[in-house]
Amino acid sequence: MEIVVTGLTIFALASFVGFEVITKIPATLHTPLMSGSNAISGIILTGAVIAAGSQDPSLAKTLGFIAVILATVNVVGGFIVTHRMLAMFHKRG
Amino acid sequence: MPNATIDTIINFCYLLAAIFFIAGLKGLTHPRTAVRGNILGSIGMLIAVVATLWHHDIVDRRMIFAGMAIGAVIGVLLAVNIGMKLMPQLVAMFNGFGGIASVFVAGAEVARDTGDSRQIATQTLVAIVASGIIGGVTFWGSLVAIGKFSEWDFIERLKFPGGQILNAALGLVLLAPAIWCVNGAHPAVAYWLVVLVASILGVTMVMPIGGADMPVVVALLNSYSGLAAAATGFVLQNNMLIITGALVGASGLILTQIMCRAMNRTLANVLFSTFSEEGGSSRDDDGIYATTKSTSAEEVAMLLDTARRVVIVPGYGMAVAQAQHAVRDLSDLLESRGIKVDFGIHPVAGRMPGHMNVLLAEANVRYDQLVEMQDINPRMAQADMAIIIGANDVVNPLARTDPSSPIAGMPIIDVDKARTVVVIKRSLSPGFAGIANPLFAAENTLMLFGDGRQAVLDLVGAIEEG
Repeated sequence: MEIVVTGLTIFALASFVGFEVITKIPATLHTPLMSGSNAISGIILTGAVIAAGSQDPSLAKTLGFIAVILATVNVVGGFIVTHRMLAMFHKRG
Repeated sequence: MPNATIDTIINFCYLLAAIFFIAGLKGLTHPRTAVRGNILGSIGMLIAVVATLWHHDIVDRRMIFAGMAIGAVIGVLLAVNIGMKLMPQLVAMFNGFGGIASVFVAGAEVARDTGDSRQIATQTLVAIVASGIIGGVTFWGSLVAIGKFSEWDFIERLKFPGGQILNAALGLVLLAPAIWCVNGAHPAVAYWLVVLVASILGVTMVMPIGGADMPVVVALLNSYSGLAAAATGFVLQNNMLIITGALVGASGLILTQIMCRAMNRTLANVLFSTFSEEGGSSRDDDGIYATTKSTSAEEVAMLLDTARRVVIVPGYGMAVAQAQHAVRDLSDLLESRGIKVDFGIHPVAGRMPGHMNVLLAEANVRYDQLVEMQDINPRMAQADMAIIIGANDVVNPLARTDPSSPIAGMPIIDVDKARTVVVIKRSLSPGFAGIANPLFAAENTLMLFGDGRQAVLDLVGAIEEG
């Protein structure tokens, strides 16, 4: 149970950090914010990597493998498309 | 090295990654630092993923590298080739992928523990169920959102009986496998039942939501994709997943709040009630539009001869007509003649938060020309001309004047305060709220009928000639 409480503490504090940082982001950048934060939420890739590489039953490995593919699309695609968008804002700024 | 040491190093890397993510988001607070912020975020991701490869549970990295290679190729192809027009779809799809990846990771966690004596702790099962529900809703909700952005016919035609009662019923049904999963002997079976019901719920929840409300839904699904990752963090007892999920969850929630406020509606109101369907052409449209004045590109060009300040207000129609490049040409031409041109951007113009800004940035409009609603409104009275391209409900003065209107109280861009208002529009058809817009018939309003892009090009031509 202690681990859960620690987890919830971290969750609550990180949420506050998120609120503080993100309320300062101007409306102009809201779409890149969504795609960028979405790329970051692809961090689930780390969980997928462990599942895909473990010595678990093949079902667990297969699910992990699929999750690795999906999360990598999310991460790689998300960061690149955010970069493309932000580069446009940069050009004439 | 002993496992404990490796774990410590990995956790240290995770802390580093979390710091990079927060620093990266901080970079997004200004367009000048935003590119660097995004790069910081990707470095954080690289650190986290590479560190994870040494996790003590990993015995074989072949599947990992194969999956990453496939995913990276798909990701690069999608991100590099897709035009800005399809950006709402792409953002929704990435949201959905994050959600469904959480579903599979939690599913793998259940699958590895069945069949032997290893018991999954109750709190872990609760987190697994949460991952399944949030991930399932996110994925299927995002798919429906993609369908709505693409205006697929069958999505528009699909109607579910029961509306909100159906969703409430599904929510209750969801409880059964959820409780079974936490308490029962077969968590794996129960888990996939949870995912199944959550998937249906994702579809039925997003399906009835109208196009104009989509910015709220996209922002909310963005938040969910983060919460799904956080829930999986509780499953794997991985603090970095929890931190990152919380950051993204908070980000999406803030955007949701901003979008709701920009429509003067509560989140519950957006999710659980829709504008009256019969809207279409309401009874007294003809009466309202009796005094409408139509104009020509030449006449507008003449009026612009004496103008000093112009405000352009884009809406979803500009995205549909792909008129942003023509609009940029117009803006450049006017500025070359000493006219100050600003763009008034309503927070919910378009289909996702910041949609108009991205399109205009794509067309090379300077970002200091993009002015938010609350900053442009005080300047509206000084504008010689407001040019509205493909926006309707967000400039409808009924929001201020008619308390019984469905958009009553919604903050709007006060274009009617400009000396002359030019509305570029195909016809007098109503916007998504399905209500008439008295702006079109106002004394100082001129209607320039036509396709958004062509009308702007004609206007540019007329100014150059005159």
